[in-house]
Amino acid sequence: MNIESSTPVTEKVLMSGNEAVARAVWEAGARVACAYPGTPSTEILENLSAYDDIHTHWSVNEKTSLEVAIGASVAGSRAFCAMKHVGVNVAADPLMSLTLAGVTGGLVIAVADDVGFSSSQNEQDSRYWGRFGHLPIFEPSDSQEARDMVINAFEVSEKYGTPVIVRMTTRICHVKCLVEIGERKVQTVTAFKRDPEHWVMVPQNAKKRQVVQFERDARLTELSEETPWNPVIDGDDRRVGFVASGPAFMHTSEAFPDAPILKLGFSYPVPIEKIRAFADTVDSLLVVEETEPLVETALKAASVACHGKDVLPRCGELLPSIISKGVETLHGGVVSQEMAKQSEVFPRPPSMCTGCPHLSPYYCLSKLARKTTIVGDIGCYTLGAGHPWRALDTAVSMGASMGMALGMDLGRSEKDRKKGIVAVIGDSTFLHMGMQGLLEMNYTNGNVTVMLLDNSTTGMTGGQEHAGTGLDIHGAPAPKVDFEKLCQALGVNPERIHTVDPYQLPELYKVMKHEIAQPEPSVIITNQPCVLIDRFEGKPALKVLDDKCSGCAKCLSVGCPAINVTRRETEERKSGPAFERAWVTIDTAACTGCNLCEQTCAYDAIVPAQGGEIQ
Amino acid sequence: MSGKKNSVTNILISGVGGQGVMTAAEILSQTAISLGYDVKKTEVSGMSQRGGVVTSHVRFGEKVMSPSVPTGEADILLGFEAAEALRAIGQLRPGGVVLVNSMRIIPPIVSVGIHDYPDHPLDEIHKNDCDVFDLDAGKIADDLGEIRLGNTVMLGAVADHLPFDAKHLREQIVEWFKARKPELVALNEEAFEAGRQAVSG
Repeated sequence: MNIESSTPVTEKVLMSGNEAVARAVWEAGARVACAYPGTPSTEILENLSAYDDIHTHWSVNEKTSLEVAIGASVAGSRAFCAMKHVGVNVAADPLMSLTLAGVTGGLVIAVADDVGFSSSQNEQDSRYWGRFGHLPIFEPSDSQEARDMVINAFEVSEKYGTPVIVRMTTRICHVKCLVEIGERKVQTVTAFKRDPEHWVMVPQNAKKRQVVQFERDARLTELSEETPWNPVIDGDDRRVGFVASGPAFMHTSEAFPDAPILKLGFSYPVPIEKIRAFADTVDSLLVVEETEPLVETALKAASVACHGKDVLPRCGELLPSIISKGVETLHGGVVSQEMAKQSEVFPRPPSMCTGCPHLSPYYCLSKLARKTTIVGDIGCYTLGAGHPWRALDTAVSMGASMGMALGMDLGRSEKDRKKGIVAVIGDSTFLHMGMQGLLEMNYTNGNVTVMLLDNSTTGMTGGQEHAGTGLDIHGAPAPKVDFEKLCQALGVNPERIHTVDPYQLPELYKVMKHEIAQPEPSVIITNQPCVLIDRFEGKPALKVLDDKCSGCAKCLSVGCPAINVTRRETEERKSGPAFERAWVTIDTAACTGCNLCEQTCAYDAIVPAQGGEIQ
Repeated sequence: MSGKKNSVTNILISGVGGQGVMTAAEILSQTAISLGYDVKKTEVSGMSQRGGVVTSHVRFGEKVMSPSVPTGEADILLGFEAAEALRAIGQLRPGGVVLVNSMRIIPPIVSVGIHDYPDHPLDEIHKNDCDVFDLDAGKIADDLGEIRLGNTVMLGAVADHLPFDAKHLREQIVEWFKARKPELVALNEEAFEAGRQAVSG
């Protein structure tokens, strides 16, 4: 593709889509880049942070991330931010006004959709933002295109005065292929020019910008009709012509190597006329898009006959076999129901790690769950919904736990009058969008106990620093939020704030039980780091003394993956239900010596593997 | 389905988070690149750090389009864990090759008694139309003094089933560790040969 600013290719390397985006942002001469971590987008900023001639930092959330990028753009620099699909919901407020105001330095947003639900609460299609926000959407179908499109996106952004979204999916972010890369091209930074009519979005100014936006829409449509990013790849088998974008383009070519395909790389605005002309050259037209029928709907509105979600699924990845089945249906064939041979193997859901500091809060919650409603949040601790704890009643969105817990308090029925309400949230999520919920809860005197599980990292995305860890993205010291003081500043009664070592099980349980009984907001902060980060220090491993283990299985309710069952027996009792005994062993190679299991053992059967005292 | 099939080699690697599935896939990909193939590698690794299933697809040939190995078209299944190999067996083409680590990794969901681990996962794998080679890569690695060598042992196991000479894969393993942990080069070469040996003859 003709990308003016790209310097000659210097190398060809194996790169993931995320690595390629990072490389391109650097090559394009961007000066400011930030992001809040979120699967599958996280590695973009991690890779960018390795370049020392671009500012990078972890944002507090996606809204502040985009706002920083907008500021940098208005100041004259090329700017970038990355987020996962649900992050755009958080950033939507500035996005929808920014798109009216426009940009100075090029502004590119990489949005990673989790098509196939690898690690998200929904599967929303970020291409909707194109139409909603009047902004162009690029859709790479591999790492090379991700690199090339990001560079071009900066140019389009500046030429058309618009932010640009590069829409990725998991199957672009995490797929590696060979990429031709270039060198960085330094951009001239123009000084900020005071122009309130342009940048102050009060109604009289915004109204004028709307006219500019509509003109821009028209020019972007022209671009879409002629851009080489939307090529027709010819083929001899004209029974079905495909319109496909992103990874679905690759899957389509795989399944139908002889069919003509109009590949959409610049997918919003939709190049309706180009597709109309293409449709005339084939017997029938099939739109292959992940996930929602956006292009299909636009084509139908423009009276271009096409198929799409009538024969293809509306969710998940459109893999070659799925597309083939859709085409069979199109040809009037009966879809064969042959499925891949399904093996009857147990599920292997993700679980908390050996020695995880979240194990004990969930152990306690599982004991309290009958009389408590537990409102969860997004992070590793969402795993508390699983076995053996089963101690999470809701999880909706980042930071929702405290607002929802307040709502559950206010909206509770007479039947639930005596129930405790606990909100569970992690440190990174608390700072992301959680603390406003606590502010409101406290302002409204909600009867809720907050478990703030501070493991000093953004755990689920692989351990990124944040404003509460004391380190920046490069691992250098940074100002650190004091969670106790922060909760006090939000108005929580200092007597209702406790910091507890989660490895002190009886103490934690006592504090939780006491605070749940209090009729005002409480916050319990746990203070041990994630076992996967450098700051974690393990203790000597433990083992089980076979002759002392009674098979009571109490230690199994901690949920530590290092505890394995060696033998089970059902013990019939004269009165009451049968008792399931399970004798255990500890995987000493994995054990971190956290001692939680030992604190549940009434038989002194758990001891240090190498002798000596438990530390 | 229409059309030609170009000759793409499809390798599926399955295991559990922490076993080094992704590193093994990366080294296989680099080997194919060094020999001039077009390569695509993809993972399903959501939350894999939390003990979940990890599968990696490595495809190489003259030109690779889709990064995903089509269902039922894997030429080789490299199973890092017995039950995970069984779970993935339906992805293998008829007559495909399975290299499987007989080691078992028991998840908490089995420990707490909600699900059962299959009694004889290898026997179940054998029931399919495929050539099965099994080895205890965990034990081999342990005997060499470092359990984390397991993925190199598994690379050794697959080395003589690839469309190129085993020495190329060995070279890439050496390169990989030279660049990262040079003190582990010799040990990994040993692990590689031990894996090869374990499935030969």
